[in-house]
Amino acid sequence: MSPSDPAAAETVDVGRPAPARASPGRSGPARSSRNRPSAGRHTLALFRSELHLVFGRARTWVLLAVLAAVPVMIGVAIRLSGSEGDAEGFIGQVAGNGFFLIVASLAVSLPFFLPTAVTVISGESLAGESSLGTFRNLLTAPAGRSRLLAAKMVSLAVFCLVATMVIWLSGLIAGFLLFPVGDVLLLSGTTVPLGDGLVRALGIAVLIGLSMLGLAGIGLFVSSLTSTPLAAMAATFGSFIVCGILSAIPQIDVIHPWLLMYGWPSFADLLRDPPYWDAIWRNLLLQAGYLAVFYAAAWARITSRDING
Amino acid sequence: MAGPSSPPVVTRGLTKRFRGGQVAVDAVDLEVPAGTVFGFLGPNGSGKTTTIRMLLGLITPTAGSVELLGEPMPKAQLRVLPRVGALVEGPAFYPFWSGQANLLRFDAADRTADPGTRKARAGEALERVGLSNAANKKVRAYSLGMRQRLAIAVALMQRRELLVLDEPTNGLDPQGTREVRHLIRDLASDGTTIFTSTHLLAEVEQVCTHAAVMSRGRLVRQSTVADLRAELRPRLVVRTPDLGQAAETLTSLGVTDLRTTAETVDGDAGELPIDKFAAALVAADVRIHGFGLERPSLEDAFVALTGEGFDVAE
Repeated sequence: MSPSDPAAAETVDVGRPAPARASPGRSGPARSSRNRPSAGRHTLALFRSELHLVFGRARTWVLLAVLAAVPVMIGVAIRLSGSEGDAEGFIGQVAGNGFFLIVASLAVSLPFFLPTAVTVISGESLAGESSLGTFRNLLTAPAGRSRLLAAKMVSLAVFCLVATMVIWLSGLIAGFLLFPVGDVLLLSGTTVPLGDGLVRALGIAVLIGLSMLGLAGIGLFVSSLTSTPLAAMAATFGSFIVCGILSAIPQIDVIHPWLLMYGWPSFADLLRDPPYWDAIWRNLLLQAGYLAVFYAAAWARITSRDING
Repeated sequence: MAGPSSPPVVTRGLTKRFRGGQVAVDAVDLEVPAGTVFGFLGPNGSGKTTTIRMLLGLITPTAGSVELLGEPMPKAQLRVLPRVGALVEGPAFYPFWSGQANLLRFDAADRTADPGTRKARAGEALERVGLSNAANKKVRAYSLGMRQRLAIAVALMQRRELLVLDEPTNGLDPQGTREVRHLIRDLASDGTTIFTSTHLLAEVEQVCTHAAVMSRGRLVRQSTVADLRAELRPRLVVRTPDLGQAAETLTSLGVTDLRTTAETVDGDAGELPIDKFAAALVAADVRIHGFGLERPSLEDAFVALTGEGFDVAE
C-alpha cells in the first residue's frame, strides 16, 4: 500500500465540515446552496439514500413478498389439510392457536428463505455499485469510503430486521384470519396472555433478524471483492452452504459452536418462562464476532481498493 | 487555503503502474492554471482516464503527488472534492431510477450539500443541461447523450471551483456536442476552472485556452492553445537538392526557424513578402523542385509531438 492511502486520510477527516470560502463566481445552478453542514441532517442523508436504494427496488419487494407469503402458505396448507394435523413443533400448534403461525413461519424461514434474501441484498451492496460504475460518482461526491461502507452495513441490518418483521406481521394477520387465537402455552408449560405472546414473537423476529447479521457481514465483504453482483451472491451463498454442511458432520463437532448457524435455534428460548438467555446471548455474540471480522475485512479492502470500474 | 492564483491542479511525477507491470501513467507533471479551460488531449489508451482517477483519489498513485485546489490528494479528499465537479469515464447511473432520483442520491453522498435545497438544485441542474422534461423518466430509457448530460448535471449540483470532465462530449450528437461546448464556455466565463479530457483535436481548438498532450502514459506537451497554434503557422517549404545554398538565401531574406530535411528546407516566413522569394532563390542558383506555404494541421502537430497517429495508441 502506498503512503498516501486514502483510508488513513479519511478517518482523520471524517466529520470535519468543509471549509467556508469565497465563491469565485457562479458556476453551479444554486448560489447559496453550500451552507455550513449542520451535522445531523447532512450525515444522515447518505444513510437515508442508502435505504431508499435498497427498499426502492422491485427486487427487494419481491423478496419481501416471498417472505410474507410463507405464513400464508403454511396457514392455508394447515387449514386445508384439516385442523387436527399431527405435525410436531410449532407447526403442530398452529391449528389450535393462530399465534403459533407467527413463530412457525419465522422458524421455517430461518434456515433457507431468510439467508437467501440476505445473500441477494448483501451480495449486491458494493458489487452493484461497482458494476454500475456509480461507485466513482459516490466517491467523488465525496461520500467517503468508510462512511459509504457504514451506510451499506446499516441498510443491510435494516433489511434483515424488516424481513423478519414482515414475516411477523404477515403471520399475525394470517394467523388471526385463519385460526382461533388465544392465550399462549409456552415451552416451559406455563400459559401467558396473547399480548405477552405477541411481544415474545416480536422478540423472536428481532433475534432472527440479528441472527442474519453474520451472514450479512460475509456478504458485504465478498461484495467488496468483485464488481459482479451475481458472483458475490453465489460466493456468499456458497459459504453459507459450506457452513451448513460442516455443521452436519458429527466428526467435527468441536468446530460446530463456531459456525454461523450454531446458535440460530436459540430464538425458541424466548418462549420459556423465564426465557433462557444464555444461548441467545451466545448466538448474538457469535453473530457480532462474524460481523466484526468481515466488516473489518471489507473496510480494509474498500479503503485501499483502486476504483477502476 | 489556496489563493486565487495558485493552480487548481498540480501533479508531480505522477505515476501509475498496474499490477501486471504496465505503466499507464508515467511521471506526469501537470499544472493547470486557475480560470482556464484546460484540454487534456490524447488518443484512447494514452493514460488520460487513469490520470483523472488519480486526481480524484479513485486510485492510488504508484508514485508522485497530486494537489487539487491547493490541497494534497487523496489526503484532503473529503475537504476538496465537494469543491470539484467530476465526470469520470462516461456516465454511470442507477438505471432503475429517474434522472432526478440519481441526482438526489449523489448529492446526498456529499455531506456538505444542503438537503433543504437539494430538490431545487437538482431541478436547476437538469434545466441547465436541458433534461427538465426527462427528469422523471428512468435512466434506463435515456439515450447515451442524455446520460452524458445527466452526468454533467451531477457536476453542476453544487457551485464548483473546478470541473474535471472526462470526455464530456462522448456519445453526443452534433447538436448535443455544441450544447456541451457552449455550457463549458459558459461555466468558464463564471470563473470555474475546467479540466476536460478529449481525444478530439477540434474540441481543444474550439473550447480550450490551454492544452496538454498525453501519449502512451507520458505528458509530451503542455502550453496555451495559442502557443500550440503559433507553432502551427504556415511554413515556407522549399524542395531543392541545394539545401545549404537555399538555407543561406532564406536566412538572408529574413526567414527564421529554419529546418532542413533530406529534400526540403522550411522555415517561418512570418509576414515577409514571399512572392519575391522564388526569384531570389533562383538568382542564388538554387534549383527549385517545389515552393510553397504549408499549413500543418493540429493533427500534424500531434504526430510531431508523439511520433504516432492519433487513433493508434491502444
